[in-house]
Amino acid sequence: MDGKIVIETKELTKNYDGVTVVDRLNLHIREKEIFGLLGPNGAGKTTTILMLLGLTEPASGSAWVFGYSPTREPLKVKRLAGYLPENVGFYNNLTARENLMFIAELNNISRAEANRRIGELLEIVGIGEVANLTVGKFSRGMKQRLGIADALIKNPKVAFLDEPTAGLDPEGINQTLDLIANLPQMGTTVVLSSHQLYQVQRVCHSIGILSKGKTVIEGSLDQLGREALAGGNYRIEVETAQPNPQLIDIVNKLPGVRKVEAEGNLLLINADSDLRAEIAKAVVQSNTPLIQMKIQEFSLDDIYMKYFKED
Amino acid sequence: MITIIRKELADYFTSIRVFILFLLVFLASAAGLYASYQGIRGIEPGTGFVFLRLFTSSGEVIPSLVTFIALFVPIIGIALGFDAINSERSSGTLSRILSQPVYRDNVINAKFLAGIVTLSIMMAATILIVSGFGLRMIGVPPTTEEIIRLFLYLVLTIVYGAFWMGLAILFSVLFRRIATSLLSSLALWLFFGFFYVNLIVPAIAKTTETFLLLQRFSPNTLFQEATTVLLLPEWRGAGILTAGEEIAYMLLNPLSLGQSMLIIWPQLTSLISLTAVCFAISYVLFMRQEIRPT
Repeated sequence: MDGKIVIETKELTKNYDGVTVVDRLNLHIREKEIFGLLGPNGAGKTTTILMLLGLTEPASGSAWVFGYSPTREPLKVKRLAGYLPENVGFYNNLTARENLMFIAELNNISRAEANRRIGELLEIVGIGEVANLTVGKFSRGMKQRLGIADALIKNPKVAFLDEPTAGLDPEGINQTLDLIANLPQMGTTVVLSSHQLYQVQRVCHSIGILSKGKTVIEGSLDQLGREALAGGNYRIEVETAQPNPQLIDIVNKLPGVRKVEAEGNLLLINADSDLRAEIAKAVVQSNTPLIQMKIQEFSLDDIYMKYFKED
Repeated sequence: MITIIRKELADYFTSIRVFILFLLVFLASAAGLYASYQGIRGIEPGTGFVFLRLFTSSGEVIPSLVTFIALFVPIIGIALGFDAINSERSSGTLSRILSQPVYRDNVINAKFLAGIVTLSIMMAATILIVSGFGLRMIGVPPTTEEIIRLFLYLVLTIVYGAFWMGLAILFSVLFRRIATSLLSSLALWLFFGFFYVNLIVPAIAKTTETFLLLQRFSPNTLFQEATTVLLLPEWRGAGILTAGEEIAYMLLNPLSLGQSMLIIWPQLTSLISLTAVCFAISYVLFMRQEIRPT
């Protein structure tokens, strides 16, 4: 991802009753990427989003969304940004279609255009058949889907989604993630907050992990994964039928291997590159039955846990 | 902003709450009409303003229509405003609306205006219906002055209702819980309508002057005085000069419209400014409030 930076915060700070919720936060979000805002509960994710939308005034620092300051030109930012709040709510006495129509009217979208988009979006989020049912009869998950449609009704340049998959069934989560993954193609930059790490890993290009209002780490997923796991090394795990002390020496002498540890039948190898072929050959030549071998892939869990263990 | 007003009005007119209020108001006007049916025969002809007596004469048991209206207008105002902001906040719609490109004050302005429109429709309907039925009943058409007085009375009730609505909206901005804001508004209404005027003021006032002065701190008293001056032109109680014993020696001559206006001017402006103060405080609080979705 090398689009230009469209959302940026500089030393953004927010206090609530003397408690610093967001502490000199610096974030950089590029155009048409999906940015995951991660962090434990109370890390300041929602507050950050509210400040980027101009719904909350920062105590100090500044933010820029597509060249506009949410503090000074909130209306310009709100014209570009779609927002799905954490506990999304609708007018229970209105139908799904009427609820969206109201928001469309607030955005000065013409009736015909709004009708077309509403029909389209309700189909995409999978609640097309209940479009004319009052929202009071909706389940939590249906409201969440309607909320996503609501955030996208104005064809936003940036969508802020606060826990977009909360309250959804597994199928709904998959559909929603697919939908989010497609947004950059339609020209929308996505900022989503979540603690569902695997979901974030599936759709996000870059992440920022917050803790106690500070950025712990920020960057693209690939790069962070490598850094998190043993300083950019490849980690290969070899399982044999029985331990063989000689094998450790042999593997150790292979070019590119940095470190070998034995744990019973397991050999844990740190290497500069993917040496699976060479290692397999060495194991077979040493007459040790090889059971399995795998290269450890980083997961966001590893990154996340690593930075929170160090805390 | 027109979009929000339209939505609010649609909400009001499809809600059971407003339907019940309408029902209540019509029952009250029916009762008031019945009261004047009983009472209007007792008045002497030639005092003028027969038509206005439709609203002010009471029956043997049933109080007059203006008493009913004085009772109901605050309730209507409170019912229209008590959950204006906090229901949106608790249902999570407020943060969604405010993330749209609308100025934040449009939301509260629209709610206030939609409330006033609903209130106006209700009160205008009541007065027109009562006038219509009354016309059939007594067969005396209103004079031009009576029509003007009734119109001024309509404006007065709307201002009075707007005050209670403004107060209720203020509480709905102030308190997160709907029950709290409803109970606080009702408590204040009870306090001013009953405890303050009937118990506290008589207990602390030593002279008639202080009695009247203290009473006029209550919006209910202001409304009552203004109503009486407008609809009972013979009555002289509300002027600054006529507070005291000498009232008993006055001739029962109706005041001209201009003089009536002059007398109720302070009451009317006080009510308007009270409404404005309530609205201004809610406006400022709302503009500065944090919009946390939780």
